This record gives sequence, C-alpha cells and structure tokens, in this order.
Amino acid sequence: MIDPHLYHVPRLGRHPSRLRLAGTPIITVLLGSCLTALPIIAQSPVLPPFGLLLMLAWRLLRADLWRAWIGLPLGLFDDVMSGQPIGSAMFLWTVALIGIDTIEHRMVWRSYRQDWLIATLAIVFCISGGLFFARITGGGNVTLFLVAPQMVWTVLLFPFIVRQCARIDRWRVMA
Amino acid sequence: MARPASRRPGINRKAQYSLFASYVVAVTGAAIGLLLVVVAIFDPTGFAAIRIATSEVSRPVSNALKGMVSGVGSVDEVLAAYWRAGSQNVALRRQVEADRNRIIEAKGVAQENVRLKKLLKLVDADASEVLTARLIASSATSARRFARLNAGRWQGVRPGMPVRAPEGLIGRIHITMPNSAEVLLLTDTSNIVPVRRANDSIPAISTGLGDGSVEVRALTAGRNPFKPGDLLVTSGIGGVYQPNIPVAVVVRAQGEIAYAVPLANPARVDAVVVERAFEDAVTRPGPAAPNVADEPVASNVAQP
Repeated sequence: MIDPHLYHVPRLGRHPSRLRLAGTPIITVLLGSCLTALPIIAQSPVLPPFGLLLMLAWRLLRADLWRAWIGLPLGLFDDVMSGQPIGSAMFLWTVALIGIDTIEHRMVWRSYRQDWLIATLAIVFCISGGLFFARITGGGNVTLFLVAPQMVWTVLLFPFIVRQCARIDRWRVMA
Repeated sequence: MARPASRRPGINRKAQYSLFASYVVAVTGAAIGLLLVVVAIFDPTGFAAIRIATSEVSRPVSNALKGMVSGVGSVDEVLAAYWRAGSQNVALRRQVEADRNRIIEAKGVAQENVRLKKLLKLVDADASEVLTARLIASSATSARRFARLNAGRWQGVRPGMPVRAPEGLIGRIHITMPNSAEVLLLTDTSNIVPVRRANDSIPAISTGLGDGSVEVRALTAGRNPFKPGDLLVTSGIGGVYQPNIPVAVVVRAQGEIAYAVPLANPARVDAVVVERAFEDAVTRPGPAAPNVADEPVASNVAQP
C-alpha cells in the first residue's frame, strides 16, 4: 500500500501536461477576475481586484512564466468583467509588468519582502490608475479617498494570495 | 533569491529577438489600451459589444448564486430582530392598530381621488412599468457603481430607463445586452438626479458620492435649506424619472452641500422595477391617435 501523501510526488518518466503547466496560472487569474460575477451588490469599491493580485503573485513567484504582453489579454478580460472602461486594465497591467521586469534587472537580491514591496507599488499604481481612467471617462468627481481602503486590504491580502499561488504551483509542476 | 537568469538571453540571437519582440508587443498593446480608454472618454458605452459574450455566460451563474444567497444580506436584520423581540412585538401590534384606521381613511381618500379625476376627465393610465427583474451582480472592484440586471434588450429594457424598488429609486439603465443590462446606481459619481424636498418642493440636484451616499445641492439662492431628516423625492424635471419616487433622506448638512443616504439599498431589495423614461410614458401615443384635444391632458399629467 502506498502512503496517500506520495500520490502527488513526481515520479521518474512522468511529466505534467502542457495544458496544466501553461494553463493553470492563466485560469486562476481569469477566475480571480470573474469574482465580480458574485451576487454582491457593492455600494463602494470593497472587493480587492483578485485578478490583479493573482497575476502579480504568479509573476513574482515564477519570473520565467510569462512575458510582459500577458497583461494585454488578462487585462482585457478583467476590463470586461469589472465595470472599468475597456483598455484600462490592459494598459495598467502591462505597464506594471514592464515595470516589474525593469526592477528585476536592477535588483540583485530579492526576497519575500522586496516582492511584497514591488506588489504594493504595482497595486497602488493599478488602482489609482483605474480610478483616474474611471474619472476621465465620465465617472464624475471620484476621489482617491474612495479607493484608499480597497488599496490597503489589497496590499495586505497579497501574502495570502502568494501562498495560495505557491500551493497551486506545487500541484502544477508535479506530475 | 538571486536575480533570475532567464531574462538575460546572453548571445543567443533568437532568444534576444524573441525577448525584444515580446516588449514591442507589450508596449504596442499598452498603447492600444490607452487609445481604447481615450475613445471611452468620448463614447463611454462604445465597446459594450465586447462585454456581451461574458455577460451572457456569467448571467446564469450570478443568477443561480443570487438565488442561493438571497437573504444573506439581511442576516444582521434578522439577528437584531430577535433582540428585544417581546417588547418590539407589543409596540408593533399597537402601531398596526393605529395604522389600520389611517389605511381605511386613505382608502376613502383614494376613492374620492378617482371620482374627482373622473369628474375632471383626467385619465391617469399608469402604463410606465416595463418589467420586474433582479440585480444579480455589481462592479465591486471598480470605483464606478454599476449593478447587473437580470433582464436586457430582448425583454424590452432600453438605455436610460429608470430603475426603482418599492422603497425608492435605484438608478437608471446604462448599457443593455441581449439578456442583461447594466444599471448606473444612484450612488455612482456620475449619476445626477433632479430631486425636491417632499414637504415643500425645494428643488435640488442629487449627485452620487460612490460610497453609498449622495450629495444634495439646493437650486435655491441663499443658505443651505436642508437639515437632517428631510425626505427627497424625484421632481420629474428632465424627463427621465417619474415625479415623487422616494430618493434619499438627508443625514448631514455642511456648508452648501447636504449629504443624504438613499432609501433603497440595492443589496437588500429583492426585485427592482424597470420603468419607461418619464418623457416616453407621458408623450407616448395611446391606443387612439393623439389629437389636439389630448395635448393639454398630457401636459397636465407631466407637471409634478
């Protein structure tokens, strides 16, 4: 009898399928964007942008997984699901990914805390950028004060999301 | 953790070109995204067609989930009701007895109203209601306040139609899709509703604040006439909303602005009613061809 814990241990000669390797991160990010389909009628921007969080988590966990252009399709899907004007997350997410690439070139040693700092910068950039786009596309006088709580708990949620991504990642690469 | 090596392609020409091409694609795509936003400045509902596919897929999911969790939003109310249930029961029973007499009086007044209207030959055909539907999701991550309605173009919903609940105004239709529609909620920062104070008809403008409340600016000269507790109803000016739909209650007056809380909470209401835009409902030709004699009647109804 095999120990049930050993079912998911990689064995010689077995490899995870390409779909699992490449598709899992993308599907989790899309599902994160889909959370706005939950039946919550929010009176203020309360829900953290889970699509963005998951994308940042995957990017910082696995630097070689995606090129910067992945922000375009993922951002487009997020724009369609959220009420933001189309093109907003497309632009912001891609710019954030290019920014992370640049930071990575400069930074020699990077650990969990630096990752969190990078993610914080990206989250603040994307949320305030989204606010600016909502404002110029007929959103009226939206103030930064309105999204400040959302920013705070999105940043605080990042370590948890990275943990979950790491857990999914372990399953992903094991055959 | 040291810097990952994969971003440095070394002297491999193919890898260098591939990395360069990925950046070209990313920057071009980001520019296109920016362009789409710029287009949205001039035409906010322009790319609604892109949302059709996802909205059609997500609508049954949201609808099923809504059916499951309907009532979760009012759990706190239910719990609070158990607290002091006995004394509340007695107080409510007394109030019901007191209200019964008033209802009987009101019925008498309503009948008299109908009779007087008949005398005046005022036909008050209220055919403004289009349908009843439910709010199934919302833009919870965005700074804009949209809710998704479980009915769309195929059910007769059109952009600009007002949406209300029994408690009060919810908003108006922003974008329609085949089977769903986006409702611009009353609290959205771009939703401006002409209102008046219920007891003395002081006109005002209500603008959403995006955080579940609205700000109210009086259209009269002089100091801010509003004080906490004032009830605001739609005035019917502008031709979108029917007059006398309850909108909000003023909670705070500060300088020239009064802050008010909407009476209908979109998260609590069970079903919402989509109505015809007030202008259409009033000027819509009836079964008989509209003639000159009908015109004064129509304009009479239009006045709040």
